[in-house]
Amino acid sequence: MKEEFKVISKFIEEKSRVLDVGCGDGILMEYLLKNKVVDVRGLEISKEKVKKCLSKGLAVIEGDAESDLKQFPDLSFDYVILSQTLQAFMSPENVIENLLRVGKKVIVTIPNFGHWKVRLDLLLKGEMPVTKNLPYQWYNTPNLHMCTIQDFYNFCNNKRVNIYKSISLNGEKISNITTSNLKYKNLISELGIFLLEK
Amino acid sequence: MSNLNRMKNIIIEKTLKLDCGKEISNFPLAYETYGNLNEKKDNAILIFHALTGDQYASGINPITKKEGWWNYAVGPGKSFDTDKFFVICANVIGGCMGSYGPGTIDPLTNKPIGTNFPVITINDMVNAQYNLLDYLKIEKLFAVAGGSMGGMQVLQFVSNFPNKAKVALPIACTASHSAQNIAFNELGRQAIMSDSNWKEGLYYEKSTNPDKGLAVARMAAHITYLSKQGLQEKFGRNLQERSDLKFGFDADFQIESYLRYQGSVFVDRFDANSYLYITRAMDYFDLTKQYGGNLSKAFKDTKTKFFIISFTSDWLYPTSENKDIVIALNAIGADVGFVEIKTDKGHDSFLLDVPDFLSTIKNYLNTTYSNINERRI
Repeated sequence: MKEEFKVISKFIEEKSRVLDVGCGDGILMEYLLKNKVVDVRGLEISKEKVKKCLSKGLAVIEGDAESDLKQFPDLSFDYVILSQTLQAFMSPENVIENLLRVGKKVIVTIPNFGHWKVRLDLLLKGEMPVTKNLPYQWYNTPNLHMCTIQDFYNFCNNKRVNIYKSISLNGEKISNITTSNLKYKNLISELGIFLLEK
Repeated sequence: MSNLNRMKNIIIEKTLKLDCGKEISNFPLAYETYGNLNEKKDNAILIFHALTGDQYASGINPITKKEGWWNYAVGPGKSFDTDKFFVICANVIGGCMGSYGPGTIDPLTNKPIGTNFPVITINDMVNAQYNLLDYLKIEKLFAVAGGSMGGMQVLQFVSNFPNKAKVALPIACTASHSAQNIAFNELGRQAIMSDSNWKEGLYYEKSTNPDKGLAVARMAAHITYLSKQGLQEKFGRNLQERSDLKFGFDADFQIESYLRYQGSVFVDRFDANSYLYITRAMDYFDLTKQYGGNLSKAFKDTKTKFFIISFTSDWLYPTSENKDIVIALNAIGADVGFVEIKTDKGHDSFLLDVPDFLSTIKNYLNTTYSNINERRI
Protein backbone atom coordinates (compact mmCIF):
# COMPACT_ATOMS: atom_id res chain seq x y z
CA MET A 1 0.00 0.00 0.00
CA LYS A 2 2.72 2.44 1.04
CA GLU A 3 4.67 1.70 -2.16
CA GLU A 4 1.62 2.25 -4.29
CA PHE A 5 1.09 5.64 -2.67
CA LYS A 6 4.75 6.53 -3.19
CA VAL A 7 4.52 5.76 -6.90
CA ILE A 8 1.25 7.68 -7.29
CA SER A 9 2.62 10.63 -5.36
CA LYS A 10 5.72 10.67 -7.60
CA PHE A 11 3.52 10.87 -10.70
CA ILE A 12 1.77 13.99 -9.40
CA GLU A 13 3.22 17.44 -9.89
CA GLU A 14 3.10 20.06 -7.15
CA LYS A 15 0.21 22.51 -7.02
CA SER A 16 -2.09 20.36 -9.08
CA ARG A 17 -5.76 19.51 -8.68
CA VAL A 18 -6.40 15.85 -7.92
CA LEU A 19 -9.56 13.76 -7.78
CA ASP A 20 -9.38 10.41 -5.99
CA VAL A 21 -12.18 8.21 -7.31
CA GLY A 22 -13.17 5.55 -4.80
CA CYS A 23 -11.12 7.29 -2.12
CA GLY A 24 -12.21 4.93 0.68
CA ASP A 25 -11.17 6.19 4.13
CA GLY A 26 -9.15 8.95 2.48
CA ILE A 27 -5.71 7.55 3.37
CA LEU A 28 -4.26 8.26 -0.07
CA MET A 29 -5.74 11.77 0.05
CA GLU A 30 -4.10 12.34 3.42
CA TYR A 31 -0.82 10.94 2.14
CA LEU A 32 -0.87 13.34 -0.80
CA LEU A 33 -1.81 16.33 1.37
CA LYS A 34 1.04 15.51 3.70
CA ASN A 35 3.66 15.04 1.00
CA LYS A 36 2.60 17.47 -1.69
CA VAL A 37 1.06 20.87 -2.15
CA VAL A 38 -2.06 19.70 -3.91
CA ASP A 39 -5.80 20.34 -3.94
CA VAL A 40 -7.38 16.91 -3.45
CA ARG A 41 -11.03 15.90 -3.77
CA GLY A 42 -12.57 12.50 -3.28
CA LEU A 43 -15.55 10.50 -4.53
CA GLU A 44 -16.66 7.48 -2.51
CA ILE A 45 -19.71 5.25 -2.63
CA SER A 46 -19.75 4.00 0.98
CA LYS A 47 -21.55 6.29 3.45
CA GLU A 48 -19.44 5.01 6.32
CA LYS A 49 -16.22 5.83 4.52
CA VAL A 50 -17.48 9.22 3.36
CA LYS A 51 -18.32 10.10 6.97
CA LYS A 52 -14.81 9.08 8.00
CA CYS A 53 -13.31 11.30 5.31
CA LEU A 54 -15.49 14.27 6.21
CA SER A 55 -14.65 13.79 9.87
CA LYS A 56 -11.05 14.29 8.83
CA GLY A 57 -12.04 17.49 7.05
CA LEU A 58 -11.43 16.02 3.58
CA ALA A 59 -13.44 17.30 0.62
CA VAL A 60 -15.19 14.07 -0.24
CA ILE A 61 -18.59 13.61 -1.82
CA GLU A 62 -20.75 10.53 -1.58
CA GLY A 63 -21.39 9.14 -5.01
CA ASP A 64 -21.02 6.33 -7.50
CA ALA A 65 -18.25 6.74 -10.07
CA GLU A 66 -20.40 5.01 -12.68
CA SER A 67 -23.10 7.68 -12.50
CA ASP A 68 -21.61 10.65 -10.66
CA LEU A 69 -18.42 11.33 -12.61
CA LYS A 70 -20.53 13.03 -15.26
CA GLN A 71 -21.05 16.06 -12.98
CA PHE A 72 -17.38 16.99 -13.26
CA PRO A 73 -16.58 19.19 -16.25
CA ASP A 74 -14.09 18.17 -18.94
CA LEU A 75 -10.44 18.37 -17.86
CA SER A 76 -11.40 19.88 -14.51
CA PHE A 77 -8.60 18.03 -12.69
CA ASP A 78 -4.90 17.70 -13.43
CA TYR A 79 -4.96 14.11 -12.19
CA VAL A 80 -7.73 11.64 -11.56
CA ILE A 81 -6.75 8.60 -9.51
CA LEU A 82 -8.45 5.23 -9.54
CA SER A 83 -6.69 3.01 -7.05
CA GLN A 84 -7.57 -0.69 -7.21
CA THR A 85 -11.25 -0.21 -7.95
CA LEU A 86 -11.50 -0.54 -11.74
CA GLN A 87 -12.32 -4.23 -11.42
CA ALA A 88 -15.34 -3.51 -9.19
CA PHE A 89 -17.31 -1.47 -11.73
CA MET A 90 -20.19 -2.70 -13.86
CA SER A 91 -18.65 -0.96 -16.83
CA PRO A 92 -14.90 -0.31 -16.42
CA GLU A 93 -14.87 0.85 -20.03
CA ASN A 94 -17.26 3.76 -19.35
CA VAL A 95 -15.49 4.65 -16.12
CA ILE A 96 -12.11 4.89 -17.84
CA GLU A 97 -13.63 7.01 -20.58
CA ASN A 98 -15.05 9.40 -17.98
CA LEU A 99 -11.79 9.51 -16.04
CA LEU A 100 -9.98 10.52 -19.20
CA ARG A 101 -12.59 13.17 -19.88
CA VAL A 102 -12.40 14.70 -16.38
CA GLY A 103 -8.65 14.44 -15.84
CA LYS A 104 -5.79 15.76 -17.93
CA LYS A 105 -3.90 12.71 -16.71
CA VAL A 106 -5.30 9.56 -15.16
CA ILE A 107 -3.59 7.24 -12.70
CA VAL A 108 -5.01 3.72 -12.57
CA THR A 109 -3.76 0.90 -10.40
CA ILE A 110 -4.94 -2.66 -10.92
CA PRO A 111 -4.43 -5.83 -8.91
CA ASN A 112 -2.78 -8.10 -11.49
CA PHE A 113 -4.74 -11.28 -12.24
CA GLY A 114 -1.77 -12.45 -14.30
CA HIS A 115 0.49 -12.87 -11.25
CA TRP A 116 2.02 -16.35 -11.13
CA LYS A 117 0.39 -17.23 -7.77
CA VAL A 118 -3.02 -16.52 -9.25
CA ARG A 119 -2.23 -18.57 -12.36
CA LEU A 120 -0.86 -21.42 -10.27
CA ASP A 121 -3.88 -21.51 -7.97
CA LEU A 122 -6.21 -22.03 -10.90
CA LEU A 123 -3.84 -24.42 -12.69
CA LEU A 124 -3.02 -26.69 -9.76
CA LYS A 125 -6.05 -26.48 -7.50
CA GLY A 126 -8.61 -25.82 -10.21
CA GLU A 127 -10.19 -23.24 -7.88
CA MET A 128 -10.75 -19.53 -8.25
CA PRO A 129 -7.62 -17.85 -6.84
CA VAL A 130 -7.65 -16.36 -3.33
CA THR A 131 -4.52 -14.33 -2.55
CA LYS A 132 -3.36 -11.53 -0.26
CA ASN A 133 -4.39 -8.90 -2.81
CA LEU A 134 -7.53 -10.77 -3.88
CA PRO A 135 -8.82 -12.18 -0.61
CA TYR A 136 -12.41 -12.93 -1.71
CA GLN A 137 -14.20 -16.13 -2.65
CA TRP A 138 -15.85 -16.25 -6.08
CA TYR A 139 -19.33 -15.92 -4.50
CA ASN A 140 -18.64 -12.82 -2.40
CA THR A 141 -16.08 -10.91 -4.40
CA PRO A 142 -16.88 -7.30 -5.31
CA ASN A 143 -14.48 -7.72 -8.23
CA LEU A 144 -16.62 -8.15 -11.32
CA HIS A 145 -14.00 -7.53 -14.00
CA MET A 146 -10.56 -8.82 -13.09
CA CYS A 147 -7.82 -8.25 -15.63
CA THR A 148 -4.11 -8.76 -16.06
CA ILE A 149 -1.48 -6.14 -16.79
CA GLN A 150 -1.37 -7.54 -20.35
CA ASP A 151 -5.16 -7.16 -20.65
CA PHE A 152 -4.95 -3.57 -19.51
CA TYR A 153 -2.21 -2.87 -22.07
CA ASN A 154 -4.35 -4.37 -24.81
CA PHE A 155 -7.35 -2.37 -23.65
CA CYS A 156 -5.41 0.90 -23.77
CA ASN A 157 -4.08 0.07 -27.22
CA ASN A 158 -7.54 -0.70 -28.55
CA LYS A 159 -8.96 2.49 -27.04
CA ARG A 160 -6.00 4.55 -28.27
CA VAL A 161 -5.21 5.58 -24.72
CA ASN A 162 -1.63 6.64 -24.28
CA ILE A 163 0.18 4.83 -21.44
CA TYR A 164 2.59 7.48 -20.34
CA LYS A 165 4.24 5.50 -17.57
CA SER A 166 3.70 2.03 -16.19
CA ILE A 167 5.11 0.66 -12.98
CA SER A 168 5.16 -2.84 -11.56
CA LEU A 169 4.82 -3.47 -7.85
CA ASN A 170 5.92 -6.80 -6.44
CA GLY A 171 6.00 -6.74 -2.67
CA GLU A 172 8.10 -3.69 -1.96
CA LYS A 173 9.89 -3.85 -5.30
CA ILE A 174 9.13 -1.06 -7.72
CA SER A 175 10.16 -1.43 -11.38
CA ASN A 176 9.27 -0.09 -14.81
CA ILE A 177 7.13 -2.05 -17.21
CA THR A 178 8.20 -1.77 -20.86
CA THR A 179 6.90 -3.40 -24.02
CA SER A 180 9.95 -5.69 -23.97
CA ASN A 181 9.54 -6.95 -20.37
CA LEU A 182 5.72 -6.89 -20.37
CA LYS A 183 5.24 -10.69 -20.49
CA TYR A 184 7.61 -11.14 -17.57
CA LYS A 185 6.23 -8.27 -15.48
CA ASN A 186 2.75 -9.63 -16.08
CA LEU A 187 3.90 -12.80 -14.34
CA ILE A 188 5.65 -11.32 -11.32
CA SER A 189 3.72 -8.09 -10.54
CA GLU A 190 1.09 -7.99 -7.83
CA LEU A 191 0.03 -4.51 -8.85
CA GLY A 192 0.27 -2.44 -12.01
CA ILE A 193 0.28 1.35 -11.79
CA PHE A 194 -0.40 3.32 -14.97
CA LEU A 195 -0.26 6.97 -15.87
CA LEU A 196 -2.60 7.52 -18.80
CA GLU A 197 -3.40 10.30 -21.21
CA LYS A 198 -6.03 10.55 -23.89
CA MET B 1 -42.04 41.53 29.60
CA SER B 2 -38.91 41.06 31.71
CA ASN B 3 -37.86 38.30 29.36
CA LEU B 4 -38.34 40.55 26.38
CA ASN B 5 -36.13 43.13 28.04
CA ARG B 6 -33.38 40.56 28.43
CA MET B 7 -33.54 39.83 24.72
CA LYS B 8 -30.46 40.97 22.83
CA ASN B 9 -31.19 43.12 19.85
CA ILE B 10 -29.72 45.78 17.63
CA ILE B 11 -31.50 48.53 15.77
CA ILE B 12 -30.39 48.57 12.16
CA GLU B 13 -30.33 52.21 11.17
CA LYS B 14 -28.92 51.71 7.71
CA THR B 15 -31.49 51.53 4.94
CA LEU B 16 -32.09 48.05 3.59
CA LYS B 17 -33.55 47.86 0.11
CA LEU B 18 -35.84 44.86 -0.03
CA ASP B 19 -36.37 42.68 -3.10
CA CYS B 20 -39.97 43.89 -3.28
CA GLY B 21 -38.64 47.41 -3.86
CA LYS B 22 -39.52 48.87 -0.47
CA GLU B 23 -36.88 50.25 1.84
CA ILE B 24 -36.69 49.70 5.58
CA SER B 25 -34.49 51.35 8.19
CA ASN B 26 -34.27 51.70 11.98
CA PHE B 27 -35.62 48.22 12.47
CA PRO B 28 -34.84 45.73 15.26
CA LEU B 29 -32.95 42.48 14.83
CA ALA B 30 -33.01 40.16 17.83
CA TYR B 31 -30.17 37.71 18.34
CA GLU B 32 -28.46 35.44 20.81
CA THR B 33 -24.87 34.28 21.16
CA TYR B 34 -23.27 31.22 22.74
CA GLY B 35 -19.65 30.73 23.76
CA ASN B 36 -16.98 33.40 23.46
CA LEU B 37 -15.38 35.21 20.59
CA ASN B 38 -11.64 34.52 20.81
CA GLU B 39 -8.94 37.18 20.55
CA LYS B 40 -8.21 36.43 16.91
CA LYS B 41 -11.96 36.65 16.24
CA ASP B 42 -11.68 33.61 14.00
CA ASN B 43 -14.05 31.24 15.79
CA ALA B 44 -17.46 32.75 15.00
CA ILE B 45 -20.23 30.66 13.48
CA LEU B 46 -23.44 32.24 12.23
CA ILE B 47 -26.36 29.85 12.42
CA PHE B 48 -29.55 30.48 10.45
CA HIS B 49 -32.84 29.15 11.75
CA ALA B 50 -35.60 27.40 9.84
CA LEU B 51 -39.25 28.42 9.29
CA THR B 52 -40.44 28.34 12.89
CA GLY B 53 -37.12 28.71 14.70
CA ASP B 54 -35.72 31.73 16.45
CA GLN B 55 -32.47 33.04 17.89
CA TYR B 56 -32.57 30.62 20.83
CA ALA B 57 -30.73 27.71 19.26
CA SER B 58 -29.28 26.25 22.43
CA GLY B 59 -30.09 25.86 26.11
CA ILE B 60 -33.51 26.86 27.39
CA ASN B 61 -35.47 29.38 25.34
CA PRO B 62 -36.26 32.14 27.90
CA ILE B 63 -39.62 32.92 26.26
CA THR B 64 -41.04 29.44 25.71
CA LYS B 65 -39.10 27.79 28.57
CA LYS B 66 -38.50 24.88 26.20
CA GLU B 67 -35.20 23.59 24.86
CA GLY B 68 -33.65 25.63 22.07
CA TRP B 69 -34.47 24.36 18.57
CA TRP B 70 -30.93 23.08 17.89
CA ASN B 71 -30.07 22.02 21.40
CA TYR B 72 -28.82 18.64 20.15
CA ALA B 73 -26.26 20.35 17.94
CA VAL B 74 -25.30 23.58 19.69
CA GLY B 75 -23.71 23.69 23.13
CA PRO B 76 -20.59 22.78 25.11
CA GLY B 77 -18.95 19.69 23.60
CA LYS B 78 -21.67 19.38 20.94
CA SER B 79 -21.47 19.52 17.12
CA PHE B 80 -21.17 23.30 17.21
CA ASP B 81 -19.02 23.23 20.30
CA THR B 82 -19.58 26.43 22.24
CA ASP B 83 -16.49 25.72 24.37
CA LYS B 84 -14.59 26.30 21.17
CA PHE B 85 -16.76 28.38 18.87
CA PHE B 86 -18.70 31.62 19.24
CA VAL B 87 -22.15 30.82 17.90
CA ILE B 88 -24.43 33.63 16.76
CA CYS B 89 -28.07 33.18 15.81
CA ALA B 90 -30.55 35.90 14.88
CA ASN B 91 -34.30 35.87 14.51
CA VAL B 92 -35.08 36.42 10.81
CA ILE B 93 -36.89 39.56 9.75
CA GLY B 94 -40.53 38.60 9.32
CA GLY B 95 -40.21 36.49 12.47
CA CYS B 96 -41.93 36.92 15.80
CA MET B 97 -39.16 36.69 18.41
CA GLY B 98 -38.08 40.31 18.61
CA SER B 99 -36.92 41.00 15.04
CA TYR B 100 -38.75 43.29 12.67
CA GLY B 101 -41.92 41.44 11.69
CA PRO B 102 -45.66 41.80 11.20
CA GLY B 103 -46.13 41.85 14.98
CA THR B 104 -43.78 44.81 15.44
CA ILE B 105 -45.51 47.97 16.67
CA ASP B 106 -45.48 50.70 14.03
CA PRO B 107 -44.41 53.88 15.88
CA LEU B 108 -46.58 56.00 13.60
CA THR B 109 -49.83 54.23 14.37
CA ASN B 110 -48.86 52.57 17.64
CA LYS B 111 -50.37 49.38 16.26
CA PRO B 112 -48.82 46.14 15.00
CA ILE B 113 -47.82 46.39 11.36
CA GLY B 114 -49.77 43.26 10.41
CA THR B 115 -50.18 42.68 6.71
CA ASN B 116 -48.78 46.12 5.95
CA PHE B 117 -45.44 44.42 6.54
CA PRO B 118 -43.60 44.11 3.21
CA VAL B 119 -43.21 40.72 1.57
CA ILE B 120 -39.63 39.70 2.31
CA THR B 121 -37.27 37.17 0.77
CA ILE B 122 -34.46 34.89 1.92
CA ASN B 123 -32.10 37.45 0.38
CA ASP B 124 -33.61 40.20 2.55
CA MET B 125 -33.28 38.03 5.68
CA VAL B 126 -29.60 37.38 4.97
CA ASN B 127 -28.82 41.01 4.16
CA ALA B 128 -30.48 42.12 7.40
CA GLN B 129 -28.42 39.65 9.43
CA TYR B 130 -25.19 40.76 7.79
CA ASN B 131 -25.45 43.97 9.84
CA LEU B 132 -25.03 41.91 12.98
CA LEU B 133 -21.50 40.95 11.90
CA ASP B 134 -20.56 44.60 11.54
CA TYR B 135 -22.04 45.28 14.95
CA LEU B 136 -20.11 42.39 16.54
CA LYS B 137 -17.00 43.51 14.60
CA ILE B 138 -16.48 40.14 12.95
CA GLU B 139 -14.41 40.47 9.78
CA LYS B 140 -14.61 36.85 8.77
CA LEU B 141 -16.77 34.02 10.03
CA PHE B 142 -15.39 30.58 10.54
CA ALA B 143 -18.68 29.10 9.36
CA VAL B 144 -22.27 29.66 8.35
CA ALA B 145 -24.70 26.81 8.95
CA GLY B 146 -28.36 25.97 8.87
CA GLY B 147 -30.95 23.37 7.94
CA SER B 148 -34.03 23.70 5.74
CA MET B 149 -34.77 27.43 5.35
CA GLY B 150 -31.58 27.94 7.36
CA GLY B 151 -29.72 26.09 4.61
CA MET B 152 -31.25 28.36 1.98
CA GLN B 153 -29.92 31.32 3.94
CA VAL B 154 -26.47 29.68 3.98
CA LEU B 155 -26.53 29.43 0.18
CA GLN B 156 -27.77 32.98 -0.23
CA PHE B 157 -25.20 34.27 2.27
CA VAL B 158 -22.26 32.70 0.45
CA SER B 159 -23.51 33.94 -2.90
CA ASN B 160 -23.99 37.48 -1.55
CA PHE B 161 -20.75 37.54 0.45
CA PRO B 162 -18.44 35.04 -1.28
CA ASN B 163 -15.51 35.25 1.11
CA LYS B 164 -17.11 36.17 4.40
CA ALA B 165 -17.21 32.60 5.73
CA LYS B 166 -14.50 29.93 5.52
CA VAL B 167 -16.96 27.06 5.79
CA ALA B 168 -20.60 26.67 4.73
CA LEU B 169 -22.92 23.94 5.96
CA PRO B 170 -26.22 23.91 4.08
CA ILE B 171 -28.25 21.03 5.49
CA ALA B 172 -31.39 19.38 4.08
CA CYS B 173 -32.22 22.27 1.79
CA THR B 174 -32.60 23.29 -1.81
CA ALA B 175 -31.42 26.02 -4.16
CA SER B 176 -34.88 26.38 -5.64
CA HIS B 177 -38.12 25.80 -3.74
CA SER B 178 -40.06 23.01 -5.45
CA ALA B 179 -43.69 23.06 -6.59
CA GLN B 180 -44.50 20.46 -3.95
CA ASN B 181 -43.06 22.65 -1.21
CA ILE B 182 -44.87 25.73 -2.48
CA ALA B 183 -48.04 23.64 -2.47
CA PHE B 184 -47.63 22.63 1.17
CA ASN B 185 -46.88 26.22 2.16
CA GLU B 186 -49.98 27.42 0.31
CA LEU B 187 -52.05 24.85 2.20
CA GLY B 188 -50.76 26.31 5.47
CA ARG B 189 -51.43 29.90 4.42
CA GLN B 190 -54.94 29.07 3.27
CA ALA B 191 -55.65 27.40 6.61
CA ILE B 192 -54.62 30.62 8.39
CA MET B 193 -56.35 33.03 6.03
CA SER B 194 -59.62 31.11 6.07
CA ASP B 195 -59.79 31.29 9.86
CA SER B 196 -62.41 33.98 10.52
CA ASN B 197 -60.20 35.35 13.30
CA TRP B 198 -57.46 36.23 10.84
CA LYS B 199 -59.34 39.37 9.72
CA GLU B 200 -57.02 40.18 6.82
CA GLY B 201 -54.12 40.00 9.23
CA LEU B 202 -55.44 42.68 11.58
CA TYR B 203 -56.28 40.33 14.43
CA TYR B 204 -53.83 41.74 16.96
CA GLU B 205 -56.24 44.31 18.45
CA LYS B 206 -59.08 41.84 18.93
CA SER B 207 -56.89 39.54 21.04
CA THR B 208 -58.50 36.64 19.22
CA ASN B 209 -55.79 35.08 17.06
CA PRO B 210 -56.40 32.76 14.11
CA ASP B 211 -55.23 29.89 16.30
CA LYS B 212 -57.29 27.23 14.59
CA GLY B 213 -55.95 28.08 11.17
CA LEU B 214 -52.38 28.32 12.41
CA ALA B 215 -52.71 24.99 14.23
CA VAL B 216 -53.97 23.27 11.06
CA ALA B 217 -51.10 24.84 9.11
CA ARG B 218 -48.66 23.43 11.64
CA MET B 219 -50.29 20.00 11.62
CA ALA B 220 -50.07 19.73 7.85
CA ALA B 221 -46.49 20.96 7.82
CA HIS B 222 -45.50 18.64 10.63
CA ILE B 223 -46.49 15.60 8.57
CA THR B 224 -44.11 16.75 5.83
CA TYR B 225 -41.24 16.88 8.32
CA LEU B 226 -41.58 13.18 9.15
CA SER B 227 -41.27 10.04 7.07
CA LYS B 228 -43.93 7.42 6.44
CA GLN B 229 -41.76 4.76 8.00
CA GLY B 230 -40.97 6.94 11.01
CA LEU B 231 -44.66 7.65 11.58
CA GLN B 232 -45.58 4.00 11.19
CA GLU B 233 -42.91 2.90 13.65
CA LYS B 234 -43.73 5.55 16.23
CA PHE B 235 -47.52 5.47 16.06
CA GLY B 236 -48.74 2.70 13.78
CA ARG B 237 -52.48 2.37 14.34
CA ASN B 238 -52.13 2.72 18.10
CA LEU B 239 -55.19 4.11 19.84
CA GLN B 240 -55.11 7.11 22.14
CA GLU B 241 -55.98 6.18 25.72
CA ARG B 242 -58.82 3.93 24.64
CA SER B 243 -59.19 0.26 23.99
CA ASP B 244 -61.43 0.54 20.95
CA LEU B 245 -62.60 2.89 18.23
CA LYS B 246 -65.23 5.37 19.40
CA PHE B 247 -67.09 5.81 16.11
CA GLY B 248 -66.72 9.59 16.25
CA PHE B 249 -64.32 12.33 15.29
CA ASP B 250 -62.32 12.61 18.47
CA ALA B 251 -58.68 11.69 18.31
CA ASP B 252 -59.04 7.91 18.31
CA PHE B 253 -55.53 7.38 17.04
CA GLN B 254 -52.30 8.42 18.72
CA ILE B 255 -51.12 10.11 15.55
CA GLU B 256 -54.22 12.35 15.58
CA SER B 257 -53.69 13.28 19.17
CA TYR B 258 -50.00 13.92 18.52
CA LEU B 259 -50.73 16.25 15.61
CA ARG B 260 -53.42 18.13 17.56
CA TYR B 261 -50.94 18.61 20.37
CA GLN B 262 -48.27 19.87 17.97
CA GLY B 263 -50.78 22.35 16.53
CA SER B 264 -51.94 23.57 19.93
CA VAL B 265 -48.49 24.23 21.40
CA PHE B 266 -47.35 25.93 18.22
CA VAL B 267 -49.97 28.70 18.39
CA ASP B 268 -48.68 29.70 21.82
CA ARG B 269 -45.28 30.56 20.45
CA PHE B 270 -45.80 31.63 16.86
CA ASP B 271 -47.54 34.46 15.08
CA ALA B 272 -49.85 33.56 12.20
CA ASN B 273 -48.79 36.52 10.05
CA SER B 274 -45.12 35.61 10.53
CA TYR B 275 -46.02 32.15 9.24
CA LEU B 276 -47.50 33.71 6.11
CA TYR B 277 -44.51 35.95 5.46
CA ILE B 278 -41.80 33.39 6.13
CA THR B 279 -43.39 30.63 4.05
CA ARG B 280 -43.73 33.18 1.24
CA ALA B 281 -40.03 34.00 1.49
CA MET B 282 -39.24 30.28 1.15
CA ASP B 283 -41.51 29.95 -1.88
CA TYR B 284 -39.83 32.88 -3.58
CA PHE B 285 -36.39 31.34 -3.04
CA ASP B 286 -34.84 30.38 -6.35
CA LEU B 287 -31.11 30.98 -6.27
CA THR B 288 -30.72 29.25 -9.64
CA LYS B 289 -33.06 31.78 -11.26
CA GLN B 290 -31.31 34.66 -9.49
CA TYR B 291 -28.24 33.63 -11.47
CA GLY B 292 -29.89 33.22 -14.82
CA GLY B 293 -30.56 29.51 -14.55
CA ASN B 294 -26.97 28.58 -13.74
CA LEU B 295 -26.56 27.82 -10.04
CA SER B 296 -22.77 27.56 -10.38
CA LYS B 297 -22.64 31.28 -11.04
CA ALA B 298 -24.02 31.92 -7.54
CA PHE B 299 -20.76 30.60 -6.13
CA LYS B 300 -18.29 31.55 -8.81
CA ASP B 301 -16.03 33.74 -6.67
CA THR B 302 -16.18 31.77 -3.47
CA LYS B 303 -13.27 30.16 -1.66
CA THR B 304 -15.63 28.82 0.99
CA LYS B 305 -15.42 25.13 1.85
CA PHE B 306 -18.88 23.56 1.52
CA PHE B 307 -20.18 20.59 3.44
CA ILE B 308 -23.64 19.55 2.30
CA ILE B 309 -25.76 17.03 4.17
CA SER B 310 -29.03 15.37 3.23
CA PHE B 311 -31.11 12.61 4.82
CA THR B 312 -32.33 9.39 3.20
CA SER B 313 -35.92 9.74 4.45
CA ASP B 314 -36.30 13.48 3.78
CA TRP B 315 -38.89 13.77 1.01
CA LEU B 316 -39.45 17.50 1.51
CA TYR B 317 -35.88 18.50 0.64
CA PRO B 318 -34.74 15.23 -0.90
CA THR B 319 -31.15 14.17 -1.54
CA SER B 320 -31.56 14.90 -5.26
CA GLU B 321 -32.13 18.62 -4.58
CA ASN B 322 -29.18 18.77 -2.19
CA LYS B 323 -27.07 16.98 -4.79
CA ASP B 324 -27.96 19.62 -7.37
CA ILE B 325 -26.05 22.07 -5.18
CA VAL B 326 -23.09 19.68 -5.00
CA ILE B 327 -23.13 19.33 -8.78
CA ALA B 328 -23.22 23.12 -9.28
CA LEU B 329 -20.24 23.49 -6.94
CA ASN B 330 -18.27 20.70 -8.59
CA ALA B 331 -18.87 22.30 -11.96
CA ILE B 332 -16.79 25.28 -10.86
CA GLY B 333 -14.23 23.29 -8.90
CA ALA B 334 -15.38 24.56 -5.51
CA ASP B 335 -14.30 22.74 -2.38
CA VAL B 336 -17.27 20.56 -1.49
CA GLY B 337 -18.01 17.59 0.72
CA PHE B 338 -21.33 15.77 0.66
CA VAL B 339 -22.93 12.92 2.54
CA GLU B 340 -26.45 11.54 2.75
CA ILE B 341 -27.15 10.40 6.31
CA LYS B 342 -29.22 7.25 6.73
CA THR B 343 -32.18 7.82 9.03
CA ASP B 344 -35.95 7.28 9.08
CA LYS B 345 -36.63 10.55 10.90
CA GLY B 346 -37.47 12.50 7.73
CA HIS B 347 -36.76 16.17 7.14
CA ASP B 348 -36.79 16.76 10.90
CA SER B 349 -33.60 14.68 11.20
CA PHE B 350 -31.43 17.78 11.32
CA LEU B 351 -33.19 18.91 14.51
CA LEU B 352 -33.12 15.53 16.21
CA ASP B 353 -30.71 13.23 17.95
CA VAL B 354 -29.17 11.55 14.89
CA PRO B 355 -25.72 10.54 16.19
CA ASP B 356 -24.12 10.01 12.76
CA PHE B 357 -25.16 13.47 11.66
CA LEU B 358 -24.14 15.22 14.88
CA SER B 359 -20.76 13.51 15.16
CA THR B 360 -19.82 14.04 11.51
CA ILE B 361 -20.47 17.79 11.79
CA LYS B 362 -18.56 17.99 15.05
CA ASN B 363 -15.50 16.21 13.64
CA TYR B 364 -15.65 18.14 10.37
CA LEU B 365 -15.77 21.52 12.11
CA ASN B 366 -13.09 20.72 14.67
CA THR B 367 -10.67 19.24 12.11
CA THR B 368 -11.28 21.97 9.57
CA TYR B 369 -10.80 24.67 12.18
CA SER B 370 -7.42 23.27 13.23
CA ASN B 371 -6.39 22.57 9.61
CA ILE B 372 -7.09 26.18 8.68
CA ASN B 373 -5.09 27.35 11.67
CA GLU B 374 -2.18 25.13 10.69
CA ARG B 375 -2.56 26.51 7.16
CA ARG B 376 -2.80 23.02 5.80
CA ILE B 377 -5.72 24.10 3.65
